[in-house]
Amino acid sequence: MRNELLKLLATNARYTVEQLAVMLAETPEAVAAEIDTLQKEGVICGYKTVIDWEKVDDTSVSAIIELNVVPKADLGFEEVAEKVASYSEVEAVYLMSGGYDLNVVVKGKSLQQVSRFVARELATIDSVTSTATHFVMRRYKEMDVKLIETEKDDRGTFLL
Amino acid sequence: MIDYSKILSRTVTEIKPSGIRKFFDIAATMDDVISLGVGEPDFQTPWSIRKAGITSLEKGKTKYTSNSGLIELRKEISNYINRKCNVEYNPTNEILLSVGGSEAIDAALRAIITPGDEVIIPQPSYVCYEPITQLVGGVPVIIETLAENDFKVTPEQLKNAISEKTKALILPYPCNPTGAIMEKADLEALAQILRDTNIVVISDEIYSELTFTDGEHVSIASIDGMRERTILINGFSKAFSMTGWRLGFACGPQEIISQITKIHQFAIMCAPTTAQYAAIDALRNCDEAVANMKAEYNRRRRLIVDGFNKAGLICREPKGAFYAFPCIKSTGLTSEEFCERLIQEKHVAVVPGTAFGKGGEGFVRASYCYSPEHIIEALRRIDEFVKEI
Repeated sequence: MRNELLKLLATNARYTVEQLAVMLAETPEAVAAEIDTLQKEGVICGYKTVIDWEKVDDTSVSAIIELNVVPKADLGFEEVAEKVASYSEVEAVYLMSGGYDLNVVVKGKSLQQVSRFVARELATIDSVTSTATHFVMRRYKEMDVKLIETEKDDRGTFLL
Repeated sequence: MIDYSKILSRTVTEIKPSGIRKFFDIAATMDDVISLGVGEPDFQTPWSIRKAGITSLEKGKTKYTSNSGLIELRKEISNYINRKCNVEYNPTNEILLSVGGSEAIDAALRAIITPGDEVIIPQPSYVCYEPITQLVGGVPVIIETLAENDFKVTPEQLKNAISEKTKALILPYPCNPTGAIMEKADLEALAQILRDTNIVVISDEIYSELTFTDGEHVSIASIDGMRERTILINGFSKAFSMTGWRLGFACGPQEIISQITKIHQFAIMCAPTTAQYAAIDALRNCDEAVANMKAEYNRRRRLIVDGFNKAGLICREPKGAFYAFPCIKSTGLTSEEFCERLIQEKHVAVVPGTAFGKGGEGFVRASYCYSPEHIIEALRRIDEFVKEI
């Protein structure tokens, strides 16, 4: 049940235990217990809401920052990644293959605030050798959810 | 002035129009209808299939194909049917690509019916069999399948329906709208009756990929002695979410397929070329996509069956296709009244069972080709509706 349960929760975290149980042909008790285990094991790390902030006149901005880093002996990228992740401005940190090392998603109230954060906090970390900042101009899809309305059900109401 | 009553074919004007017209009209006045009325997948055609269609257009494959369809595709169909149903058809002369399964049904009936011949049609079932039979001068003989038999055709019913005029039996399983399937033992029992006759089985297996039992779909053509008397019809619409591509096929003995091909050649020429190229990809590369869609249908199926039963509308487990067929007799309403009041009062659209034959009275068809969220909301409203009656 585990994988199927996770896939369902990934599409909609608000399914009730009863609804999940019906869809998975399990008992509600078994589903509740499995969710509990998944939370304890740290497989399920949290439940959040996908929000289109543009619709509520939120003026905050996001940027993707490419960091080049000199890895430390023994610690590799872990130490710097942990440091970067500890900032509340940082929404996501990924270690990348390819042209740069860390991909950092930063959210701030304005372009200036994000720029300042990059210049003062990220660029000054010892092992960081360079940064490249890309501001997000528009979001089309977030966590698998389309934020632009492109797909309407164009099937008829009735079709035999 | 021209008198249209004199020019129109009597056979055509006598065919009764679909019973759901008035529901269309009611729904058209509302902009917040939650529909469970559509018999069509909500999934997009898998991307690799669409891509194959696009590539064929880029390469300029825009001409007619051979009347029977691309030989490459017929070979894939032959492999597919052999793999899935354990029946062998020769791709060179026993398979015909058609414009959806519907054209194959039409052409198959035309190929075998001489006016006056009887065609046995189990109902409730898809709406096309009876009118097409009438159009070719055949006489429909209806078998009313029953809920207590899981909407299967029983050997007794078949025996009673057969006369010396019987030419064909339509076997529409997995069944729209009942969700019924016929398992191997059920088919064996019918085969025993049919084996020594000259009755042809038109087996409409368009929902063959969508069965939700431990075993796989069984085709009557795979039962001993049945291949020679069966026209197996299937297509790409349901399994591969390709309704708009209009591509189906008929498989059968060369003696029958060659006659069907003759009709197809004069009436249609060939099935859509782009769709045929796309379908090659469907049969080669889409097992996983089909399995994923099926798993999703299965979750929705459980959700909708549970919801109807909790609302007090008895709903047997539909083992195939993508419809639930709950019994609404407990409400004291007829199927039409139920559907009309449900759409008026709760703006939820389901189809009255009577649209699929008289035997559908007391039932409604609810499609689960919708997202779980959509189904949950529809069920919430149906539950409210039933409580308020």
